[in-house]
Amino acid sequence: MTKKQKKMLVRIVLAAALLIGFYFLPVTGAVKFVLYLIPYVVIGYDILRKAFLGLLHREVFDENFLMAVATVGAILLGEYQEGVAVMLFYQIGELFQAVAVGKSRRNISALMDIRPDYANIEKEDGKLEQVSPDEVAVGTVIVVCPGEKVPIDGFVVEGASSLNTSALTGESVPREAAAGDEIISGCVNLTGLLKIRTTREFGESTVSKILDLVENSSMKKSRSENFITRFAKYYTPAVCYGALALAVVPPLFMTLMGNAADWSMWITRALTFLVISCPCALVISIPLSFFGGIGGASACGILVKGSNYLEALAQTGCVVFDKTGTLTKGVFQVTEAVPVQAWTEGDSRTLLYYAAHAESYSSHPISKSLREAYGGAIDSEQVTEVEETGGEGVTARVDGHAVAAGNARLMRRLGLQCATPDGVGTVVHLAVDGVYAGYILIADVVKETAGEAIAALKKAGVKKTVMLTGDAKAVADHVAAGLGVDEVHSELLPADKVERVEELLQSRNRREKLAFVGDGINDAPVLSRADIGIAMGAMGSDAAIEAADIVLMDDDPVKIALAMRISRKCLRIVYENIAFALGVKALCLILGALGIAGMWMAIFADVGVMVIAVLNAIRCLKIKR
Amino acid sequence: MKKTYKIEVDCANCALKMEEAAKSVDGVKDAVVSFMTQKMNVEFAEGADDKTVMQAVLKACKKVEDDCEIYL
Repeated sequence: MTKKQKKMLVRIVLAAALLIGFYFLPVTGAVKFVLYLIPYVVIGYDILRKAFLGLLHREVFDENFLMAVATVGAILLGEYQEGVAVMLFYQIGELFQAVAVGKSRRNISALMDIRPDYANIEKEDGKLEQVSPDEVAVGTVIVVCPGEKVPIDGFVVEGASSLNTSALTGESVPREAAAGDEIISGCVNLTGLLKIRTTREFGESTVSKILDLVENSSMKKSRSENFITRFAKYYTPAVCYGALALAVVPPLFMTLMGNAADWSMWITRALTFLVISCPCALVISIPLSFFGGIGGASACGILVKGSNYLEALAQTGCVVFDKTGTLTKGVFQVTEAVPVQAWTEGDSRTLLYYAAHAESYSSHPISKSLREAYGGAIDSEQVTEVEETGGEGVTARVDGHAVAAGNARLMRRLGLQCATPDGVGTVVHLAVDGVYAGYILIADVVKETAGEAIAALKKAGVKKTVMLTGDAKAVADHVAAGLGVDEVHSELLPADKVERVEELLQSRNRREKLAFVGDGINDAPVLSRADIGIAMGAMGSDAAIEAADIVLMDDDPVKIALAMRISRKCLRIVYENIAFALGVKALCLILGALGIAGMWMAIFADVGVMVIAVLNAIRCLKIKR
Repeated sequence: MKKTYKIEVDCANCALKMEEAAKSVDGVKDAVVSFMTQKMNVEFAEGADDKTVMQAVLKACKKVEDDCEIYL
């Protein structure tokens, strides 16, 4: 509890004690009035003051005004106890709400809090000094002990350890890091001491960027929130005029009919009306629900940039994927090494040996994948006479053998007949000493979870999945068929991708949203054009964080369906709260107007509904994986 | 130019009122108040001086919600 809240608690206890004490005093008339005025002022002076200030500023229709009118009215009618009690319970409700909301706000914030408090710098005498991460210059070596957060991006210069990245990615399996590895701020060092040379300032580091993003997420308001804002603007004045009418019209009507007017009864009913009407339950529970949903999602490694995107996600009807880096890993791997039967000098291992050596001077991803597949040490002294021909491949002398590695064109130029591979991917043909030896197939590997992701989206109600890629048709079709994607567009340039998404946006149903999922590197225009841009690979990629509306921290496409589930749950809770609050209020208003519901019911309709709505909103935080 | 300010406000409805009030101040292009994070995002109009504008914003907010605070 804050100081303010503690002060309020003291006032509540004091006023309650006085109220109970006076109940047993046998006083009447003016003395009673003056006595009850004491607890009334103790509990309600701030409300009265605010109501008065509101009147001065012509801001009449707020809850302070409502409460002031209702309680002053009750006291003037001689219902002293009722007047004080209403104010007392209103304040208890307000206090409870402030404490509950403050607590859940802190809980959600704590969930997202990955802010490191300090960085350790080693001094000359070997002692560690704690400094603010803001003060660490780029290129400084910082020390991260086990159990500490990595405060700034950099690379490991000394030490090895495993890192817990769950605050960033929601992934609980630790990541290994050793000297030379790049390391991202926000991870928690688990086992060993690490010395890290920083490559960025704190403000530019991953952890700062993510914090910034998450903290600003509630600034982008959803449609539901805007609806409530507009609603509250009309609602409060409407109820006030309604109450006024209830106080004046029936008694006047009665008088005209020649009956007793019974002014006090109708005024009491009008006051009840006012107490019921406070729109707080709606106004508080909806942003809280979205805030909870965003907090829960970020705990799963899904960063949502605004309530509006979380809301839109629930209506996703079409998901468009980029292939490379999204559905596939975006790294080339040797999938096959096939020696032809005519070549008897060696096996697939020998094939890889020759290929890796011949390509050992190249830094091309394909060459890298060949070296990785070979796995052994490359003895570059054995490689001579390297000659690279653009668009064909490489010829070189390896261990004294003339090796040619390249595409079919190179083989044709050498006058060799080459085999046609069954698989899909980039093919490297190999000839040794003028004889065709075989081929090596290199392909981008589909992510393990990609198929599951597509299936999960279908289950979540996505009608159409589309894959866009710049890759060759054969490769694209192969991948798409394996994953169960509905539609494929291949051999696209980046600009074509925007065009395709435009077409899809034109043809879809208005109510359904289109989400584009990309790795954020060359997809920025498409990410911003789609209704919802989802970026993969926030681990270090600034472009992704900038361009997308939703960022999947761990590159796992399955998270898209999870994000949709979170979004739907969140929206369901929002609608529940709207329906519940409006329903109960409407019911109580009717009962109040008919005189069936008294002040107590009115207080429940105000405070009780609010508390229930807040508790319901907090459910958004809990997410089943 | 956009700036974020820390605020203190007790009720969600008051936060909405602050937002409305801030929006109507001269020199403010747009303003968003987040009750959840207790922050106010202000986008200033071209050529406006943020310090003087924020004084006016604070005054406007105090008018609608006496209890609020903006940490300038």
